[in-house]
Amino acid sequence: MFDALSDRLDAVTKSLRSKGRLTERDIDDALGEVRTALLEADVELTVVRAFIDAVRGRLTGASVSQALSPGQQVVKAVHEQLVEMLGGETLKVTYATHPPTVILLAGLQGAGKTTTAGKLAQWFKQQGRQPLLVAADLQRPAAVEQLRVLGERAGVEVYSEPLTPLEVARKGVQIATLKGRDVVIIDTAGRLSIDEALMDEVRQISDATSPHYTFLVIDAMTGQDAVHTARAFHDRLSLSGLIVTKLDYDARGGAVLSAQGVVGRPVVFASTGEKLDDFDLFHPERMASRILGMGDVLTLIEEAERKMDADVVGSTAERLMSGQFTLDDFLAQMVQVRKMGSLGSIMKMLPGVGKDLRAAADSVNDKDLNRVEAIIHSMTPAERRDPAIINGSRRLRIAQGSGTTVPAVNNLLRQFTDMQKMMKQMASGSMPNLPGGLGKLAGRMPPGALAGMPGGAGPRPGGSGGGGKKKKKGGRVTPPKNG
Amino acid sequence: MIVALVAALVVIAVAVALVQRRRRRRRVRFIPVAPPVAAAEILVAEPVAMPDVAAVEAATLAGRLGNARGVFARLRGAEADAAVRDVVEEVLLRSDVGVTTTTRLLDELSTAGSGGSLVSALRDRLLASFVSADRSLSTSVDDGRVPVWLFVGVNGVGKTTTIGKLASREVAAGQRVVMAAGDTFRAAAADQLEMWSQRTGADIVRGAEGSDPSSVIHDAIERAAAKGSSLVLADTAGRLHTNNNLLDELSKVRRVADRGPGQVTETILVVDATTGQNALSQARQFMAAASVTGVALTKLDGTARGGIVVAIESELGIPVKLIGVGESAADLLPFDPVEFVDALLAP
Repeated sequence: MFDALSDRLDAVTKSLRSKGRLTERDIDDALGEVRTALLEADVELTVVRAFIDAVRGRLTGASVSQALSPGQQVVKAVHEQLVEMLGGETLKVTYATHPPTVILLAGLQGAGKTTTAGKLAQWFKQQGRQPLLVAADLQRPAAVEQLRVLGERAGVEVYSEPLTPLEVARKGVQIATLKGRDVVIIDTAGRLSIDEALMDEVRQISDATSPHYTFLVIDAMTGQDAVHTARAFHDRLSLSGLIVTKLDYDARGGAVLSAQGVVGRPVVFASTGEKLDDFDLFHPERMASRILGMGDVLTLIEEAERKMDADVVGSTAERLMSGQFTLDDFLAQMVQVRKMGSLGSIMKMLPGVGKDLRAAADSVNDKDLNRVEAIIHSMTPAERRDPAIINGSRRLRIAQGSGTTVPAVNNLLRQFTDMQKMMKQMASGSMPNLPGGLGKLAGRMPPGALAGMPGGAGPRPGGSGGGGKKKKKGGRVTPPKNG
Repeated sequence: MIVALVAALVVIAVAVALVQRRRRRRRVRFIPVAPPVAAAEILVAEPVAMPDVAAVEAATLAGRLGNARGVFARLRGAEADAAVRDVVEEVLLRSDVGVTTTTRLLDELSTAGSGGSLVSALRDRLLASFVSADRSLSTSVDDGRVPVWLFVGVNGVGKTTTIGKLASREVAAGQRVVMAAGDTFRAAAADQLEMWSQRTGADIVRGAEGSDPSSVIHDAIERAAAKGSSLVLADTAGRLHTNNNLLDELSKVRRVADRGPGQVTETILVVDATTGQNALSQARQFMAAASVTGVALTKLDGTARGGIVVAIESELGIPVKLIGVGESAADLLPFDPVEFVDALLAP
């Protein structure tokens, strides 16, 4: 998402490269680009105006650092303002002293409430909690069933009975108390548009269960109307925050992300894909970095920890360090990497990856990767251990076996050989020159910046966005406004 | 290129592993990494709207757009100076018309000179954005073939409901309609069409849950041809326009429907009026995958104004053909640019 913003800012910084200092006109040009990018991303108009004014203030104010080039000054100012617009800090979930902690989900139809309930349950489970899902959406016949399926997948019990939604919600909380569950997630019914009956029902449930957190679930593809929806729900339910769904990389989500500026409540969770795992706390700081093409290594590592098989990755790493990296290892790694999502989506989390490489990664689809896997699968174990023995007739056999062509096999082998060389270099300690600044990344990874990272099953990083390194670069973190 | 990319990622994976290992050695207790959840398609929520054929009161867009807001009243007769431009821009942007189209309209306004009042000039420019002359739904086919209207779009926009309403309309107009429950992914979708079938008397062909949508639609076309039906309305499962595999599946559905006795005369992209600029990328992707011939704009009865269709039609040349302004069968209307623009600019 927000690809346009990073591309436009790229253009701005390039044009400022030869400048010694920022002129009034440079600032106007740069801000014009930023404004267009924000509007294209559906950011709410008043929020855009406030944003532009604030960035202008930062650029013309006394606080402008002389150490930075004009281009960097613009990027820094936009980054800081983005963090603020996105809500400042990551939510720190606090749990009720007398469990259960009650969480109420509200929203319009089709926003993805039920799916979000399942994802949220899994998230709490990963935090070491014992959640109970309550299906109080009795409008839609399939909703209860859908939640049961999701609950089963997440390993979380689902409660529902054919009563009124209000009774189901109330009883759900009682059952959780009896069973000693510490988190209750209540899924409520949605409507096509805001109507009073819907609001009354949700408000009654809210009054009866006095939730600790009330989240509005909203679709990232929503345009300017998101603001009306958020306001309407906030007026009646006093929201704790928003959960944005379908925030994959094409959806712009700007309208939803304007919520902080319009209703004074930030986005607290984001769902970025169809799998139960594609869901996490929303980190304004990281999102701002990602929007500006600065990458998001912290999220990448957390994802890797959650989704990859540590043993497989670890054993391959050992072989790599000892300078032996075979096609078998390559295959095993590829399977692990693919668990993390599409190549394009992973590339976007890497810093310093240019537009061209991102586009290339986007153009690679599952079929291409399947083909690579098929070629390796068509080799004998001996061939995988030592690709040097693959002669002409073996190539032909492999091509036929995998349903590809000999040039495709040649291509894979050639690139694999290059890669092996690279790996050997890496094993001997020097960082090879990887495409798109990946070498820089690999070089940056092990040192102290990551030492403070919590484990996959441990507590999540809080408002600091994790790691001091980014903070130094990104500047101050502004606390969210209340209102 | 692919291998290079994968290689790069492998390096990252290994680096992550090394970091992990280093950390783990420091840690006293081993904390297991959560097992990966199997790739699973989550059932997609979509509304089951109750068909309400009984409500036949003639709905009009202007009447339904009760919430339409505008600030043009105070601008009538004004010339296009800077302050006025801001107001115009605000109204257009807030209606999701989008920054590109809004800028174009404003530029056109300033070069159009000072003839007439600003509002009427803007109204003219907006009307000119709707370039298509023909907004009818075509049924003209080669001899002996059955026209097929295919409905596509992302999840939860109201494809199935739109088909139900159209079936009701076409049956009333004397067509013999067969509905194909091509959304085999969501069990409730076929049930929903079944309800419409009972109410409207349109025939329905459905397959088992999870069966191939192409074959369900193919069966429906065969049935229509055998029974001498005059129109097939084919539903498809909602899919994100970023999912290449599902878009490929849609291309196949369209190809299959266009073979043998069937001939696809309309491919309608259903767009939710609350959608923002994303609708433009939806239109582009679906256009490429299934040669969209028209847009149905749904849920226009809420607070959203659906201004994105201005961009869809003016930038991509896809005509808007239908609008949905409520849940009953009578709430599906032919798109009328004049009515739409007037509603967009209404005080």
